[in-house]
Amino acid sequence: MKLKVNNVEFSYSSTPILKDIIMELVPSEMLGIVGPNGAGKSTLIKCIDTILKPRHGTILLDEEEILKMSKIKVAQKLGYVPQTTARVFPTTVFDTVLMGRRPHIGWRSNKVDVKKVVNVLRLMEIEDLAMREFNELSGGQQQKVFIARALAQEPDVLLLDEPTSNLDIQHQLEVMEIIRNLVETRSISAIMAVHDLNLASRYTDRVVIMKKGMIVDAGTPSNVLTPENIKSVYNVEAEVINSSGKNPYIIPVRSIRRNR
Amino acid sequence: MPTTESRAVYDTDQDYDAGEEYTRFIGRKIFFIFSLIILLMLLIAGAATLGPIDYSNTEVYSAILQKFFPDSFNESERTMRVVWDVRLTRILFSILAGMGLGISGAVMQVVLKNPLASPYTLGIASAAGFGAAIAIIAGIGFFGNYLVAGNAFIFALISSFVIIGIAKHKGATPEIMILTGIAIMYLFSALTIFIEYFADPDAVKEVVFWMVGSLARASWDNFWVLFIVLAICIPLLVWKSWDFNVMGAGDETAKSLGVNVDRIRTISMVISSLIVASIVAFTGTIGFIGLVAPHITRMIIGGDNRFVLVGSALLGGLLLASADIVAHYIVPGVIIPIGVMTAFMGVPLFFFLIMRRKREYW
Repeated sequence: MKLKVNNVEFSYSSTPILKDIIMELVPSEMLGIVGPNGAGKSTLIKCIDTILKPRHGTILLDEEEILKMSKIKVAQKLGYVPQTTARVFPTTVFDTVLMGRRPHIGWRSNKVDVKKVVNVLRLMEIEDLAMREFNELSGGQQQKVFIARALAQEPDVLLLDEPTSNLDIQHQLEVMEIIRNLVETRSISAIMAVHDLNLASRYTDRVVIMKKGMIVDAGTPSNVLTPENIKSVYNVEAEVINSSGKNPYIIPVRSIRRNR
Repeated sequence: MPTTESRAVYDTDQDYDAGEEYTRFIGRKIFFIFSLIILLMLLIAGAATLGPIDYSNTEVYSAILQKFFPDSFNESERTMRVVWDVRLTRILFSILAGMGLGISGAVMQVVLKNPLASPYTLGIASAAGFGAAIAIIAGIGFFGNYLVAGNAFIFALISSFVIIGIAKHKGATPEIMILTGIAIMYLFSALTIFIEYFADPDAVKEVVFWMVGSLARASWDNFWVLFIVLAICIPLLVWKSWDFNVMGAGDETAKSLGVNVDRIRTISMVISSLIVASIVAFTGTIGFIGLVAPHITRMIIGGDNRFVLVGSALLGGLLLASADIVAHYIVPGVIIPIGVMTAFMGVPLFFFLIMRRKREYW
């Protein structure tokens, strides 16, 4: 599954959020989107998943225009992992993951769907939580449930909106390793908005760095996560260790105050 | 050795199969639904024997069966009339009305993501009340014979179309729908008081009686009207219950799972308003069923709407029909208004369930 984003623009009423976004995702690739708050990372992910409709531009899935595809078909190809949200009414973990089968089934869920949900729960190692209430889980567990639901969709592309925010370091690494592992073993690809530059450097194949709705630079982590880019995008002075290697380490040093 | 023992415990954990447990949970939900059906049948059988005229159980059941097997039984014309046209109409009509109120409450709560949503909080009932009031006071309205009922129905629908119309322009978010509904409720309550203020006292009294809710207008004609509405609307809602489940996870998630959120929300609001309007037109305002029946159902079987909708309907029917029986017999010689009775019975039950709930939310 190849995904192409061509000249996408998006605005809320008259405030432009995304401007002229061009990017491409190849199969079995993990693409990180980094950038400061309000850069448009989540908006871009929602545009790709057709949750939001771009003003201009096209998004192509294997050369097919995504906005012209049926919603169900899009849902069969793209799995979305939102940031953690609480529900008003309770559901169990099992029912939450079973929702991921919605694009594939009608009114009834059958044995095959139940089996698939069980397999996904096992893969994510949360089978023992199956009958617990979703709202009672910890942030890390909820994040795993969301990933499980997206996997139950059997998508070609996973779209993740800051999957590691609110997680402790152990869960951050665990979630990233799970996603990395899925990308490598199941030939699906992933686009992930992420705040932590070191996680992006370590786990993604390519990084897109955004500022004010525009892509500033794109490429391998060592090409993109440079002191110059970090300075111009975040206004932060950073040291980069192992800058020529595959996974550079970024050490933020201090915030540069704007003089005006 | 203690290690082997803990090892054994660990092994049983490994054998745990979430799929089997899920199937067991589903079984429990189906059991709940069947229990409600059986309780409803018992209620019908029991209530049919109750009444001011003292018939024996044999006479009552013979009269019921005589309708289906006219040759095998020989009850008098009068017995037949009392059992079929007085007792059974009222029981069956109240069950249908309760079913409609229960399922529409459940749907409104889910699609508006608000546990307080019900036909009353959304102004549908007060609009119907206003429609009835102008019909009673001024004699203005639609449909000759069904003047009051027809007016109540039309105004109930007007209010829900205003909500939906505004939602179309500003987006069908739960907040917009609830706020519009509350504004409409105040508007129509004020309008009703306004015309009552200038009206003849006898007419005002009649309006108050209408508002309080009553099952006295149950008849076979009204029963069949309601039956047809429900026979069309309930399957439509149940058919969409999978989408309701997904919408509970949030609009964005639902969209990403292929659900057309705005369309489902609008359609299901239209359908449930139609149900409520057809009930309120005949009964006046009966509160509380639409609020408590879905909540009690969720407390018992959890939030899976494939079962919650059906469960809320059956429980709503059971609650309303039993409230009607209690309203007849709790004070000898006085029939307590059904709208008052449902609140008297529902509130303590509701408090009890809130107090003993274990989870943060049911």
